[in-house]
Amino acid sequence: MSLLTPDIGLLFWMTLSFGIVFFILAKYGFPVILKAVDKRTAYINNSLETAAKAEEKLANIQQEAETIIRRAQEERAKILNEAGELRNRILDDAKEEAEKGRQIRINKTTSEIEELKRKALSEVRNEIADISLRIAEKVVREELRKEEKQQQLIDHLLDEEILYKN
Amino acid sequence: MKRDKKNVLKHYTIAILFFCTLLSQPAWAEEKQEFQIKDLIFEHLEDAYKWYFFTWKETDVSLYLPVIVQSPRGEWVVFSSSHLEKGKIYKGFYIAQEGNYKHKIVTTNSAGEEIRPWDFSITKNVLAIFISIGIMLTSFLALARWYKKDRLQPPGGFLGMLEIVILSIQDEVIKPSIGKEYERYAPFLLTTFFFVLINNLMGLIPLFPGGANVTGNITITFFLSLIVFLLININGNKHYWKEIFWPDTPTWLKFPVPLMPIIELWSVLMKPAALMVRLFANIMAGHSMTLGLISLIFISAAMGPAANAGLSVASILFSTFIGFIELLISVIQAYVFVLLSSVFIGMSRQKAEDSEEENSES
Repeated sequence: MSLLTPDIGLLFWMTLSFGIVFFILAKYGFPVILKAVDKRTAYINNSLETAAKAEEKLANIQQEAETIIRRAQEERAKILNEAGELRNRILDDAKEEAEKGRQIRINKTTSEIEELKRKALSEVRNEIADISLRIAEKVVREELRKEEKQQQLIDHLLDEEILYKN
Repeated sequence: MKRDKKNVLKHYTIAILFFCTLLSQPAWAEEKQEFQIKDLIFEHLEDAYKWYFFTWKETDVSLYLPVIVQSPRGEWVVFSSSHLEKGKIYKGFYIAQEGNYKHKIVTTNSAGEEIRPWDFSITKNVLAIFISIGIMLTSFLALARWYKKDRLQPPGGFLGMLEIVILSIQDEVIKPSIGKEYERYAPFLLTTFFFVLINNLMGLIPLFPGGANVTGNITITFFLSLIVFLLININGNKHYWKEIFWPDTPTWLKFPVPLMPIIELWSVLMKPAALMVRLFANIMAGHSMTLGLISLIFISAAMGPAANAGLSVASILFSTFIGFIELLISVIQAYVFVLLSSVFIGMSRQKAEDSEEENSES
């Protein structure tokens, strides 16, 4: 069976050809390809790692930004609050001041009125005293002339005085 | 759209491939008046000194290859195989038509006996090997050149496919089977894989440059498994040799009659021998099946037109089916050859602790 007997000539050429192709591919073929693929794998892994890191960083930055915004908002609220309080205090102060001023003015006015009243009263009293004196003078003068007349005048004057007074 | 076009192209290629199978074999067969299936099949499976293409107007169109032989007087003779056509004798050399050296170049020595000279002719298989290594060198060096420019993006198209195959063979077959230091064996195993695969596939194409039965030739598989045998045993560690000469069996199996060592030594030889026969037999059987089924058409020609027509349709359907199976076998056998080679190499390098661990696991 020639099918089952190896042929020396074919074996020789096979050894030569396979040897050459193996030598060339083992030197310039497979190592170059596999090294390049390894490099690519490393590059991809590296990129993935970098991307993960960047994402993490980004998340951190976002968190930080949120913190800053929250703090700013708190700050703003505080400032607004303080401003409101300040305004209220100023308003209150102003009101108090105004109230005080008014009170002082009222007091002053009242005392002036009192003063004027006292003055007027004393004037009225003086006037009355004056009038009484004049009446008394007139009465005394009439008495000197006629007794009835005197009496009459006195009554009249008194009526007058009383009428005035009322 | 592009993808559709490619798909259509692929289907056309496959269709043409099988159409050619159907066309070329009958043309070859027609020239013989007395149709001998066995001869036809054997002629196809064997190596040849010329590469037959087709018959055109009753003339064979073939490529005559150079014959390189040593004459009995010790001088090397180179001439075209066309000088030996149809049983002609040239410088004392002729192609034997029968006997031990059937279809090989023989000569007669001084005593008049038929002898086989040293024959280093560029035969059909040698040319097919040259073509396949040409394909391998071109494609792999093109891929290597792609990466020489220090770029990171992977190539597309054919080179990209090649890269994916290289990587999957390395990462899923060689690396897990051999384990540590697999890099030392990777170039040989990858070269072997692609050599076997390309020649398997080329063998399926019926027309030149395909059609040679390279991987279905025992010489080729012998060579490949011889290298595997050497790789297994040269790098075998202490544990490997201990398992052969002093395995963990009851002493009476090893002494005084070394029964186990003999069995183990036999297995050392049989592992690569199985590799050799498996590839050879699978590819040869595939080719024989296709040829046999095609031959049905010509056998049935004698049975009348009705039987001929019926059997022709059946044979075309069957040979198409076998063609697909062969396509599958081409890939599977290349894969299995490399897988088993890696496993055997891995086993010879396994440390004692590793195997114990594995045993306890299983």
